[in-house]
Amino acid sequence: MTVLRWLLYPLLLVLGGGLGYVVLTLPQEATGLRDLAAGHLDASGVANPVTAVLLNFRGYDTLLEMAVLFVALLGLWSLGDSRPPRDPAPGPVLDTLTRLLAPVLLLVAAYLLWVGAHAPGGAFQAGSILGAAGVLMLLAGFSPPQALLGWPLRLTVAAGLLAFLAGGLLTLVAGARLLEYPAALAGGLIFFIEAAATAAIGVTLAALFLGGARPTGKDR
Amino acid sequence: MAPLTDPAWYFDALTALGLVALAWRLLACPDLFRAIVLFIAFGLLMALAWVRLEAPDVALAEAAIGAGVTGALLMAALARLPAAAGEDEADDAPEDEVPDHDRRARGPLPPPGGDGGPT
Repeated sequence: MTVLRWLLYPLLLVLGGGLGYVVLTLPQEATGLRDLAAGHLDASGVANPVTAVLLNFRGYDTLLEMAVLFVALLGLWSLGDSRPPRDPAPGPVLDTLTRLLAPVLLLVAAYLLWVGAHAPGGAFQAGSILGAAGVLMLLAGFSPPQALLGWPLRLTVAAGLLAFLAGGLLTLVAGARLLEYPAALAGGLIFFIEAAATAAIGVTLAALFLGGARPTGKDR
Repeated sequence: MAPLTDPAWYFDALTALGLVALAWRLLACPDLFRAIVLFIAFGLLMALAWVRLEAPDVALAEAAIGAGVTGALLMAALARLPAAAGEDEADDAPEDEVPDHDRRARGPLPPPGGDGGPT
């Protein structure tokens, strides 16, 4: 055991030294693909280069990210029922704070989604804010109405992926390559996909926090 | 490399050192609850580092997902763990043994100041 420990130190030293060497020898000015992205920004439909790369130039990657999030929730649901840890009995502070914060978080999420077209922001940030609002409300003892837990929940969780696939199919049908938006429609298409993705991400994160089987399972 | 007279250099050095120190603390922490709190603190400092690297998009995502939602998910997982959750959760353990009926006791938001759900 101690021998292993003493063997670990030189290994860690080599790893640390290697990492330090690589960082110190990084080129000072590495443009990478920055100029390429900036050069085609006009055709992307948005003014924020990050959103342009995520939703247009490399839209395929983001589509797969949505699929990963979707599959993660499916995996969690397939694990079966898990009872909530305990009866949530929020104190007055958490309760009041939730009532104050939830609408503000909703507004911030909508703002981040909208502003993502020309400034830092976008679907993932907006969606995670939405998810945080959901987590806060679940913590405060709010339970979503049963009517929304069946198809509406499943449809919302799949909405991001479905919107992406619809966009991809539309471009394929129109004769272009997968997710190759025409420059005139790109802005609208990207906003449509991002809006669906925001809702899907927010609901998925909140559902991940709720955990266990699909919440409708035990009440049907 | 920025000159040593630049205050931003000291800020960056402090952030980097703080990140490594926090990472070490949270990995070496035997108490899971404290480790999660340290992880959230790490996420927030990491968001600051992303801002300094002029990547506000990544900073936003790191603060919201890395610190906020992941922290909440870890907390939820910790609360679902059996008794191994650590000393801080010890007083909650008897409550966890309450059988199924409390699963249903999750009503709508109780009024502020109320003493909890309709049990």
